[in-house]
Amino acid sequence: MTRTRTFVLIGTVLALLIAGVGSWYASSAPDGLEATAEEQGFGSTARDSAAADSPLADYTASWIGDDRLSGGLAGVIGVLLVLALTSVLVLLVRRRPAADDAAPRADAPRR
Amino acid sequence: MHVPDGFLDATTSTGTAAVAAAGVALALRGSRHELDERTAPMAGLTAVFVFAVQMMNFPVAFGTSGHLMGGALAAVLVGPWTAVLCLTVVLMVQALVFADGGLTALGTNVTLLGLVAIGVGYGVFRGLRAVLPATRTGLLASAGVGAFLSVPVAALVFVGLFGLGGVADVALGPVTAAMVGVHLLIGLGEAVITVAVLGAVLTVRPDLVRGGRHLLRARELAPRPDLAGATAVDAR
Repeated sequence: MTRTRTFVLIGTVLALLIAGVGSWYASSAPDGLEATAEEQGFGSTARDSAAADSPLADYTASWIGDDRLSGGLAGVIGVLLVLALTSVLVLLVRRRPAADDAAPRADAPRR
Repeated sequence: MHVPDGFLDATTSTGTAAVAAAGVALALRGSRHELDERTAPMAGLTAVFVFAVQMMNFPVAFGTSGHLMGGALAAVLVGPWTAVLCLTVVLMVQALVFADGGLTALGTNVTLLGLVAIGVGYGVFRGLRAVLPATRTGLLASAGVGAFLSVPVAALVFVGLFGLGGVADVALGPVTAAMVGVHLLIGLGEAVITVAVLGAVLTVRPDLVRGGRHLLRARELAPRPDLAGATAVDAR
């Protein structure tokens, strides 16, 4: 089990590096849908999302001046948020007793 | 391929939201059986990895970029139902926190990048896995083809939705050609990333690839090479 924990930890650090550092080097060209929309004349029907005023909109930590730092921090916050939400969801799904195994599992409340 | 607000009318967006909600409800039930001792710790990692790699837009032709959708990769790693949950969390965080993909379009994006991409990617993977040799190469090829096809099919389903409820009045033919064309290229990137990541995990911890457990079972049943060697030496 410890090995699995180590694996997950290393993988998460890798994801943090990709989102926090690697993303700076990502292409900023419009993606396939955006480019198609512009080219086919329906790009202008896109409306700003209600979340457009979010302090992290467009993967930019708006309170930080430096572009590189700002994008990296946004990526790191995103990874941590996704990790927290998925972990809680998995915990809830696993905790809910299945009809066919109502008996409590000995290994369930490990963390 | 995150759909922004405004492209699709309210009726269509409501429809895709209902489809997405039904899919997530099914996934909550289905994932219970997938989330065993090995898969449960992998779910969080799969979700964050998809989120991070989705930030890495890679250039494709004509000043256009694409990024991993991750449905096929996630489904092979943790199972299709858990993959739906992972992608839903990623898409929700992207829409709510980063304004990437619209809010009224969230159902559309969960449908396209979650349900459709995973359905196609995992469906093709399972189909090919059944006919290709039960080897590492067979597994990677199945996942690669599934990943590749998941992208243009999701693009095609978007065009279908756009035909039903697109706000702009534009000819559907050229939109279809453009969407499928560029997403075939992005699909190649999807396949490369999916195969590379799965190959790496298979090398380090093959037991953590849910879609590859049949390989381990086959290996457990195979005669141990050291025993075969010992017998050969004895016989001499």
